[in-house]
Amino acid sequence: MTKILAIESSCDETAAAVVIDGREVKSNVISTQIPVHTLYGGVVPEIASRKHIERINRVIEEALIQADMTLDDMDVIAVTYGPGLVGPLLVGVAEAKAIAYAKKKPLVGVHHIEGHICANYIEYPDLAPPFLCLVVSGGHTHLVRVVDYGKYEILGRTVDDAAGEAFDKVARSIGLGYPGGPKVEEAAKTGDPYAIDLPRAKVGDSEYDFSFSGLKSAVLNYINREQMAGRQVNPNDLAASFQRAVVDVLVDHGMRSVEEYKADRFAIAGGVASNGSIRSAIAAACKARGVEFFCPAPILCTDNAAMIGAAAYYEYMAGRRDGWDLNAVPNLKLGER
Amino acid sequence: MKILAIDSSGLVASVAVVEDDRLLGEYTIDYKKTHSQTLLPMIDALSSMIELDLNTLDAIAVAAGPGSFTGLRIGSATAKGLGLALNIPLVGVPTVDALAYNLYGVTERICPLMDARRNQTYTGLYRFSSDHSFEVIHPACALPLEEIIEVIDGSGEPVIFLGDGVPVFKEQIEKSCKAPYSFAPAGFNRQRAAAVADLAQIYIKEGKAQDAGDFRPNYLRLSQAERERLEAGGKLDEPTV
Repeated sequence: MTKILAIESSCDETAAAVVIDGREVKSNVISTQIPVHTLYGGVVPEIASRKHIERINRVIEEALIQADMTLDDMDVIAVTYGPGLVGPLLVGVAEAKAIAYAKKKPLVGVHHIEGHICANYIEYPDLAPPFLCLVVSGGHTHLVRVVDYGKYEILGRTVDDAAGEAFDKVARSIGLGYPGGPKVEEAAKTGDPYAIDLPRAKVGDSEYDFSFSGLKSAVLNYINREQMAGRQVNPNDLAASFQRAVVDVLVDHGMRSVEEYKADRFAIAGGVASNGSIRSAIAAACKARGVEFFCPAPILCTDNAAMIGAAAYYEYMAGRRDGWDLNAVPNLKLGER
Repeated sequence: MKILAIDSSGLVASVAVVEDDRLLGEYTIDYKKTHSQTLLPMIDALSSMIELDLNTLDAIAVAAGPGSFTGLRIGSATAKGLGLALNIPLVGVPTVDALAYNLYGVTERICPLMDARRNQTYTGLYRFSSDHSFEVIHPACALPLEEIIEVIDGSGEPVIFLGDGVPVFKEQIEKSCKAPYSFAPAGFNRQRAAAVADLAQIYIKEGKAQDAGDFRPNYLRLSQAERERLEAGGKLDEPTV
């Protein structure tokens, strides 16, 4: 039995968790900073870094208390070391290193996106590679082939904005506020998704890459055009139409990859994967093709440390150990070491 | 009392282990500012040289600011992690106070200078009184150099400058400072964790040790986003959700 204390601080959640054998979550504590960043309409890296350093010990202590364990019980200390915001990442990395060092425990650095994918292992204890996974979050949009534990083949990624970024920017321009994902989803519930025709961007050579900046600009242009013409913009219709455009692209890319790779299992992960309309659209598309669909509970989709503990377990079993010189790598690529 | 002290507030990274009046070991580098990669390996190297059993430590001391925001957080997170894991208290020591303490016993006043960018310096003014007690004339602050020079020239008594701000402000000091001044030499003019540990011992006796979980660095400055928000007439209170 391998007990892992995992720490995550790559963006605006300070999180710690205790996970056993990569699958069983004993605790999953998340201290979100959303209220303070709401004042600024988005995550302010310096403020996020300051909040992390204030809260990190309490969050770790709480994770141990909830798991009813002590640091001495842990077999591994794991931490997200990238990708993410460098200031926030450094807090978690320095803290994790110091704890591992003082307690003489092995240290395992974890890739944040790998963590998101591995959230599926927690939700579905029997799920094992290979499968396809669509990772959609505030900072990332990746279509990934999970070949084996710790082995990833990136089929496509965003060439500009991440899906979550597009939600945030569109929410701001419609006047819905921050964070954009839940606000757009809420507004879209009472809107007509067919009211406004928005583009589905195609990206040049790579058939699985994503682009959301064109869609975002189309929303802004639409708002400007309507305002110039003295017409009222219906925010709910616009949110619903925008959301449909995002869903269409995600479903299209995902299902094309399912067909090309003859996959029988398709998973989603990341903060944006908690969007109900994305979940149900991909679930329906999978069902229509007889493909098994996996999606973690929303608490495992948002940034959390349990998923880092899950990913760390497989890295640890594969022999990964990090040194006391482990650094934060803000632009760490998936599959890189 | 045995203390592990850490200072990564500026260009220098420094760690030391002090037991009462004995410096068991100190490791200081002023090379590249890659504290995230060097600080814990330095602690590890020092600890193994002196065969330190971390469980014999009574407290962790850390340069608590001002300084480089990122540097302060690397030191603070390291200190907080050690404090949490070893279940011992943490003592935050103002960075510039510890810098001044490097010059223990001098009769001149001591003025540490750190480059704070935005045309300011993190500074303060200190002296050792006739009974050798450490006296804070002007506490740690972020000021334009002219303003601290004004304070120094006010009494006109001699002063020693030190810190990684000296190379940045030397020319300006030579042009404007009227009081007799000198610059501390290499062995004493940068952050040294042993000085942080010395002051920490005094603070512990004064009851200033705290739970590692409660500790946060003192940046002496808001973030740029907060500053701009205040300038625009906004408030910094978090909305309740």
